[in-house]
Amino acid sequence: MHTMPGCTFTSAAARMQEERPIHSPEIFPQMAHITLPDESLPGIVGLFNFRPETAGPLQLLAETLLRGESPLTSGERELIASYVSLLNDTHFCHTSHGSAAMAHLGHDVSLIDDIKNGFQVIEVSPKLRALLNIAAKVQKSGKAVTDEDIAAARAEGAGDKEIHDTVLIAAAFCMFNRYVDGLGTWAPQENEAYREMGQRMAFTGYVRFPIKQDAVEV
Amino acid sequence: MPHIPLPEHLPGITGLLEYSQLTAEPIRQLTQFILRGENSLTPAERELIATVVSHHNECRFCTAAHTAAADLLLGENETCAIMKQDIDATPVSDKMKALLKIAAQVQQSGKAVTAESVAHAKAQGATDTEIHDTVLIAGLFCLYNRYVDGMATVAPADPQFYTGLGQRLVEHGYNRLPNGYDHLKKQNRPS
Repeated sequence: MHTMPGCTFTSAAARMQEERPIHSPEIFPQMAHITLPDESLPGIVGLFNFRPETAGPLQLLAETLLRGESPLTSGERELIASYVSLLNDTHFCHTSHGSAAMAHLGHDVSLIDDIKNGFQVIEVSPKLRALLNIAAKVQKSGKAVTDEDIAAARAEGAGDKEIHDTVLIAAAFCMFNRYVDGLGTWAPQENEAYREMGQRMAFTGYVRFPIKQDAVEV
Repeated sequence: MPHIPLPEHLPGITGLLEYSQLTAEPIRQLTQFILRGENSLTPAERELIATVVSHHNECRFCTAAHTAAADLLLGENETCAIMKQDIDATPVSDKMKALLKIAAQVQQSGKAVTAESVAHAKAQGATDTEIHDTVLIAGLFCLYNRYVDGMATVAPADPQFYTGLGQRLVEHGYNRLPNGYDHLKKQNRPS
């Protein structure tokens, strides 16, 4: 079932249950490093449930970065997020944001694999390619970004805000990826398991989990 | 020189947070809670985590700023200095040493955190929330350090600048100053 924007009647607890993959395994491939209230919730969703005080700002950050005002489309920004997560080897973030990108761009989730394959099928403008190069540098280290990388992006038409947003999205996913992997959360393997999650991320947004008051009810 | 034009009176992170206030708001909220909110780890202990990660990311601005904040909170400057050389030799609790080691692993990669290092921290008395918060603080500073250096912001050379900034972080925390930062323009003017 698709949650439509503006459909606010679903309770926070029910909304979180939606994040449980339909075919979630009976035994999870790995236990997180800390005891989560609901081990069946994958990736960052289980962590949101553990610490609602930090879930609020983390969700608002994702919402602002990926769906807020920007000269880059949400599809482009989700591709940057998915690509950086791939470089950090964080399967959950790579695939869920890949799925959100496919939802924005009107592609099937099977095309998420094209990100690994260097964008052979997905149409990537020269400007976005130059920005993806900057994002890859940020993933290594902030210091790895050179004046030449910036000049190359500007030559393809990237302005200050596009450069800023690219660097901040890449940096933010160096946080999100470390959060998800550093606490040993589990992730569904198949692209298909991320289809509906990506559609909700793309079209409902990121501020959709229980925050403090809701969590008390749960 | 920064990769984009930023206010000259606000070096390092502050200019970026003023340039993009919409994205700054949740980053500031998260930082205020995770470094200053109610917690079984003291603000000084949490500043040590921020410092060790910034140091390993070789981010001059963040390292100097959070060293200054930690030094002020601790009332001495030896702990930070030793920690940057050797976590085991740092004059902090065994639990804190274990958490600092987890933070150093997060700086490398989320996948670098081992079940052994987490089990060791728990054996030293670390709670699940303390481990969670350590990983999130370390992750957050991997964001800050990349943001600050990836945009090539200015890191002032004058140590006095960081003493002042550390003082501001101790007194006001991480929320945007209610009246903004225009008052800092005057300080930079030659008198």
